Amino acid sequence: MPHGRIEIDTDRCKGCELCRSACPQDVIKLADDLNNKGYWPAVLLDPEYKCTGCALCAVVCPDGCITVYREVSGRTELLKKEARHHVRATA
Amino acid sequence: MSEQLLKGNVAIAEAAVRAGCEAYYGYPITPQTELLEHMSKRMVELDRVFLQAESEVAAINMVYGAAAAGMRVMTSTSGPGISLMQEGLSYIAGSEVPAVIVDVMRGGPGLGNIQPSQGDYNQVTKTTGHGDFHPLVLAPATIQEAIDLVGLAFDLAEKYRTIVFILADGAIGQMMEPAELPPMKPLSGKRPSWALTGAQGREKNIITSLYLGAENLEQLNQNLQTKLSTIQDNEVRYEEQYIKDAEVLLVAFGTAARVAETAVHNLRCGGLHVGLFRPISLWPFPEKRLAQLARQGKSFFVVEMNSGQMLHDVREAVGSTAGLQVPIIFFGRMGGVIPMPEEVEGEIRTWLTYKMGKEEIMPPED
Amino acid sequence: MATLTAEQEEVVYERPRALTNAHTIYCPGCNHGTAHRLVGEVIDELGIQERTILVAAVGCSSFAYNYFNVDACGAAHGRAAAMATAIKRANPDNIVFTHQGDGDLASIGIAETLHAAARGENITIIFINNAVYGMTGGQMAPTSLIGQKTTSSPFGRDVKLTGYPLCMAELLAGLPGTAYSVRCSLHDARNIIKAKKAIRIAFDAQIEGLGFSIVELLSACPTNWGMTPIEAKDWIRDHMIPYYPLGDYKVVEELKRKIERVRKQESG
Repeated sequence: MPHGRIEIDTDRCKGCELCRSACPQDVIKLADDLNNKGYWPAVLLDPEYKCTGCALCAVVCPDGCITVYREVSGRTELLKKEARHHVRATA
Repeated sequence: MSEQLLKGNVAIAEAAVRAGCEAYYGYPITPQTELLEHMSKRMVELDRVFLQAESEVAAINMVYGAAAAGMRVMTSTSGPGISLMQEGLSYIAGSEVPAVIVDVMRGGPGLGNIQPSQGDYNQVTKTTGHGDFHPLVLAPATIQEAIDLVGLAFDLAEKYRTIVFILADGAIGQMMEPAELPPMKPLSGKRPSWALTGAQGREKNIITSLYLGAENLEQLNQNLQTKLSTIQDNEVRYEEQYIKDAEVLLVAFGTAARVAETAVHNLRCGGLHVGLFRPISLWPFPEKRLAQLARQGKSFFVVEMNSGQMLHDVREAVGSTAGLQVPIIFFGRMGGVIPMPEEVEGEIRTWLTYKMGKEEIMPPED
Repeated sequence: MATLTAEQEEVVYERPRALTNAHTIYCPGCNHGTAHRLVGEVIDELGIQERTILVAAVGCSSFAYNYFNVDACGAAHGRAAAMATAIKRANPDNIVFTHQGDGDLASIGIAETLHAAARGENITIIFINNAVYGMTGGQMAPTSLIGQKTTSSPFGRDVKLTGYPLCMAELLAGLPGTAYSVRCSLHDARNIIKAKKAIRIAFDAQIEGLGFSIVELLSACPTNWGMTPIEAKDWIRDHMIPYYPLGDYKVVEELKRKIERVRKQESG
């Protein structure tokens, strides 16, 4: 599966949680701090790189807060290799 | 009966229910929607008629129908809704059936905003529809007064077979004040003899405003004018404060009058001789009393939440005082802005200083 | 921590350029925003931003013209279809669309809407059906469901007093001037994607000059329904769809052929 990530415009977000509900990987949570509108905005919390860039969150977002990125195909192996190298270097 | 804290729109609705309103037809529009919502509950609870119509055009024609059938009927809306209702109101006036209309004014023109204003004064007092007629227009300044005027409105509408307006604004509609509601008036169940109930054992009744021959229509119009004269002779209402020693009278209605009242109090504490003249019936306008006050040498300072609409009625009333140059000053805010007492006081002080400094009376603005 | 560089990742989704950067006044979970986004995406894809004109209605969507980068106007309550008629006839090259709620379109504006369809006016109507009057605080709408409690039907909508909810997509499909009438829902991702396709077809119908097009979108109003956005979207699925079935109610032949051509083009 290709790796993906999202950027959420937390100032625009109204904390409706539709993205969190739509995410099949369960990597969207509400932030601990309020934004300047008084909402708890959605944020990506993806320590295990589970996001695939499926963009379902962006599809359901009523406010167009979400930009979705996906790795260009063929780079998955490079990513895994870099991750393994990092783990060896810090072990 | 004891006082309770009531929201203006709800108070007016409940007062109507207790005054024996049998049918309500309306449409949502800010800032009066709570009136419709209250009716949707109470009228249904009491097994009376309630319907949220598809539009204000439909609503006023339903009011016309209910009035033609002899029911005590009302509707409520705001400026854009009155504009839509104007055709229906003209039909109601021409057919001489009674109806009560509540207009809770908002900022205009057009969609405007939902803040309080007095921008519908001209629309409602002049004719509020095509042709020669005037509805009776009552303008409360407090929620208690609004409650009291609702019952009066139904009675006057039936007495004269005419349209009676309660002209309020968004501040009165939305605010809460302690007020007392009247007891529930039982429904009489009777219908007037002219109403459409089915011509059993009597000649048929026709409710119409169509009079094809010019002489026929002129006769109708003369009847309407006679009726309006009678209303003018008998139904003028106003309130006066500190008239006797006042050199300057603030003239204002509704929420603007409350602001003016505070300004009068503050200015008097500062030693200035000012008073308040508050029309309660905007049509018939208290022109005779104003003319009398002008002859006593008073000046007039008109405060409104519009560009100066009642101002013209004041000028006309006072202008009948032949040979006198009566100072009439105007201060107004538009767009839904409520003037503050300090602003009004400032304007009056500036003008009085100017007047006293120049030692000449300002001529009326032409 | 391994992250990807700009060359290693591509943008899969971003805000349409046809939308401004303004933050909307809509409530959290309100589908007005969803519909705006979908229309914005379609405007981008068709490249018609500079010739599109929006007619905003009265209701929550009164401020729609702050959210689209197109010429726009504010119509009187219910009269958007009439205003759109005139704007389209002023310059038929403009793509004219309205954005209306159920009070605006199906109550006070039903005559204007019906006659625009009857005349086959070449305009596109985006119809937000959320079963209440939103902006004025949740009164009953012509689309409120039987038994639904609203602020002006506090005991629940009673068929004996106020009749049945209006099914606008079906009603307008019955008129010969209508080229495209469809009902979609915005309650989940799958249906939102379908709704976008329908909006695209509606705009195609206008571009091809085929007649009146309307996309009815079942939408949430969490605030006036007294629900969270997630509860609200489930309410659409469980209560609105059974009464308002989704689907195409009218697709004229020429439009079917156009849809087929586009499908073939896009699949290579």
